[in-house]
Amino acid sequence: MSNFPFLSVLTVAPLVGALVVAFLPRHRPELAKQVAFVWSLLVLVLSVVMWVSFKVGGDRFQFRESYSWIPNWGVSFTFAADGIALVMLMLIAVLVPLVILASWHDAESSKRSVPVYFALLLVLECTMIGVFAAADVFLFYVFFEVMLVPMYFLIGSYGGHQRQYAAVKFFLYSLVGGLFMLAAVIGLWVVGGKTFDWQALSQVDISTGTERWLFLGFFLAFAIKAPFFPFHTWLPDAGGAAPAGAAALLVGVLDKVGTFGILRYCLPLFPEASKWFAPWALALGVIGIVYAALLAVGQNDLKRLVSYTSIAHFGFIGVGIFAFTTQAGTGAVLYMLNHGLATGLLFLVVGMLISRRGSALISDFGGAGKLVPVLAGVLFFAGLASLALPGTAPFISEFLVLIGTFTVNKPVAVIATLGIILAAAYVLWMVQRTTQGTLNPALTEVDGMRRDLNLREKVVVAPLIALIVLLGFYPKPVTDVINPAVQATMDDIGRTDPAPSVGGTVQEAAK
Amino acid sequence: MTEFKLPSLDYAALAPILIMLGTALLGVLVEAFVPRRRRHVVQLTLSLLAVVAALTMVVRNADDRILTAGQAIAVDGPTLFLQGAILVLAAMALLLIGERSVERGGAFVGQAAVTAESADDRRQAEGRNGLTEVYPLTTFAIGGMLIFVAANDLLTMFIALEVFSLPLYLLCALARRRRLLSQEAAMKYFLLGAYASAFFLFGVALIYGFTSGIPGRGAGVDFATINAAVTDSPASPVLLFAGMALLAIGLLFKAAAAPFHVWTPDVYQGAPTPVTGFMAACTKVAAFGALLRVFHVAFAAAAWDFTPVLGAIAVLTMLVGAVLAVTQTDIKRLLAYSSIANAGYLLVGVLSPGKDGLSGTMFYLVAYGFSVLAAFAVVTLVRDEDGEATHLSRWAGLGRRSPFYAGLFTFILLAFAGIPLTSGFTSKFAIFGPALEGGQTWLVIAGVLTSMVLAFPYLRVVVMMWLSEPGESTPTVTVPGGLTSAALAIGVLATLLLGVAPAPLLDLAAGAAEFVR
Repeated sequence: MSNFPFLSVLTVAPLVGALVVAFLPRHRPELAKQVAFVWSLLVLVLSVVMWVSFKVGGDRFQFRESYSWIPNWGVSFTFAADGIALVMLMLIAVLVPLVILASWHDAESSKRSVPVYFALLLVLECTMIGVFAAADVFLFYVFFEVMLVPMYFLIGSYGGHQRQYAAVKFFLYSLVGGLFMLAAVIGLWVVGGKTFDWQALSQVDISTGTERWLFLGFFLAFAIKAPFFPFHTWLPDAGGAAPAGAAALLVGVLDKVGTFGILRYCLPLFPEASKWFAPWALALGVIGIVYAALLAVGQNDLKRLVSYTSIAHFGFIGVGIFAFTTQAGTGAVLYMLNHGLATGLLFLVVGMLISRRGSALISDFGGAGKLVPVLAGVLFFAGLASLALPGTAPFISEFLVLIGTFTVNKPVAVIATLGIILAAAYVLWMVQRTTQGTLNPALTEVDGMRRDLNLREKVVVAPLIALIVLLGFYPKPVTDVINPAVQATMDDIGRTDPAPSVGGTVQEAAK
Repeated sequence: MTEFKLPSLDYAALAPILIMLGTALLGVLVEAFVPRRRRHVVQLTLSLLAVVAALTMVVRNADDRILTAGQAIAVDGPTLFLQGAILVLAAMALLLIGERSVERGGAFVGQAAVTAESADDRRQAEGRNGLTEVYPLTTFAIGGMLIFVAANDLLTMFIALEVFSLPLYLLCALARRRRLLSQEAAMKYFLLGAYASAFFLFGVALIYGFTSGIPGRGAGVDFATINAAVTDSPASPVLLFAGMALLAIGLLFKAAAAPFHVWTPDVYQGAPTPVTGFMAACTKVAAFGALLRVFHVAFAAAAWDFTPVLGAIAVLTMLVGAVLAVTQTDIKRLLAYSSIANAGYLLVGVLSPGKDGLSGTMFYLVAYGFSVLAAFAVVTLVRDEDGEATHLSRWAGLGRRSPFYAGLFTFILLAFAGIPLTSGFTSKFAIFGPALEGGQTWLVIAGVLTSMVLAFPYLRVVVMMWLSEPGESTPTVTVPGGLTSAALAIGVLATLLLGVAPAPLLDLAAGAAEFVR
């Protein structure tokens, strides 16, 4: 089974599904939803098979496939996955069916075509899988840019308040980053001897000045995508305006392309420049953690609040990447997965709450737990996972990032720890103002608030909760996959972990 | 008195040019002798057949690398590639020009002299197939362009310039709707074009002076002589620089590069839309074909001298096109400024040394031509009873009214914005790659920055079409006749194919990227 072309099939399959769904008759929305859901389940099954056939401890890149595309420029359809990409592919495969299920009625509130909404979700899945599976820089760039188009229409056509503004802002920000990256991609192609193959490019020696410029080109695109402070302003708008399902994918997966890109492209291709810029990147990460958390505390819009919490979490991931230790790196990758699960869950739950109330403003809620206890409980759990409570998966990743950073850079680790306290503040205060306390009388007059979670919604949240708890107690299957890939990345930039020590006296005693 | 020797003519190599010019003459006769009601069909068939025949000859000549007609015409890789491009794009433009089902009586007046709301004008609006003066004019223009990209001396180039410009001035004045705008556009284009031609001619004279006195060689304006003169001439280099500058002005005017671009928005807006598409695609190919030959063959040895100046013009052109496109409220003017910005990108390609730069520029010309013709094809369809609705506010909500055509137009706009999987992306790569390799980093950076600016107006149109609610005045899209549909389909498919699988055309361009000297 290991010879099966997993990655190309996984990339193409959702696209085929999207075409099928798009051409279903417009007056049969139920059929479109069912086809889209079943199709995404098939993708999930295939991904699970791929996960099982991934050889832990085998080659760094597995499932490599290569087909010629534009020989004149040395471009090929090359797919390959390392542990990091594999984890992200699994995350996509898990999230998309749940998002489809959660968005079952989302598209109906707008006057637009329901099948097209689900077709766009599947197109988005295709481009997201492609971007993580590509091992050719050109191919990666293609997916990186094309990814914008379905998301643009998801936000712009099916979003809420201010959707046009948010969609255009999202598109322009990403395009600006993408064009800087295009200049760097062409530059890399020229200095790398006219090839786009990742493995060949990672062997190329680049002069210091050129390397720094190319690093900046790539880093800027990824920092906007991730997003890191100060390139983050599009995310609250986009996250706030997007329909909840699309927002879950936007923040849960799409933004990870930025951090993934730094790990896969910036560090191995430009190791010296990465080290040179690391202090700046760490500074951006730390500022992001504190600044975004403070802004999150002050939000009155649920979706914008979740968006800001994500920016803070991306700060953690950035710190973990640029600390250059295996622990911190593993923590960062694990965080990418866990944040996708936790924030994905949080976005979906918040979406369920908003669709019931018909408003995203926290001040429109209050004591909702008395009306919808199960929903309130799930929201509380998602919030706790988001603030990295021990026992939930994000705790492990946050902890790994912090101890991995502490060994090499104490001030950064200390300031980042402040972020945990602020996280408690914004999550708990949000939960308190929406579901706890005295019941807001206006809520009882809203029909939706009398319905607690139905079966479909329970099916959506249950797997995410299970995964968050499971990975919180037993992350080994995932870390086993991630660790060698992160180790290899650290080798690329030539950093080794500081030797563990427990203080001088103990070491001497051991002698 | 020296004996005059007849130059030998390679008729096969000249065939595409002869076919087009011959057909144009034949078209004039058709106007005179064929009954009015049959003229439209006859003319359209005749001109399309001529284009196909000329294209066949271009393909047949594909391996020619010769100078003929006493060194006046060069039939080599770039000539054949660009002639092929002009013919294919011209065929699409002819399909648009031939469309009669979108508007009663067609988009053209019978004669450029017919004034707005006159009796003649009304008579035409009442029916029938309109008048057909437009076909011979177009075929003349195509013939001129074919010579223009093949010209191997400056005088032939000048004559070709006039042969294709004069019919274009007239074509611009032929719009049946908005006659005043159309006539104003033609007047403006004619006056400025005549001015630019004068610059060109003066440049030719100065260069002729510069070439006199090379040891062992007579003065002349053929490119081999100029090339020899650039290295050997004892004459003052001031003559060379002034001559080059004046020639460049004449050519850059046709290419719509800033600061010689001011005619572009007015003419693009005023001209009948099929003619605008013809100009945006074919004139661009012809103008850049000539620029490539003049600067890569005749003045190659002076590259150090002209590169900084042309580089500055390229940056200015990109900036002007991109920034002013942001403020436009009329779709035709927006596309005009976008075409100016694209002229800037093409200039970057002209300045890239070597084969890769040349083949990249040629690839860009073809890719852009297909997309821009498809864009103008959609513009001809969005209309109400007063003709085309070109004001952007009228396009609000078009995606709701006519999702299919709005979808096609969105795809073309994404291609203009350079999103991957469209020809807009591959062609940008084909230009910027060689430029960076040739050390023109600052041009590439300017290109990237202006691409960002330029993305905004395109995106605004997408937002208008899809995310705005349709208003009272949102026109519907007229169901196009077969001809427009064919042109639109060719343009969109080419935009997609050149984005997804550009390798065949890149191979073709790379194989053709060598001038004979």
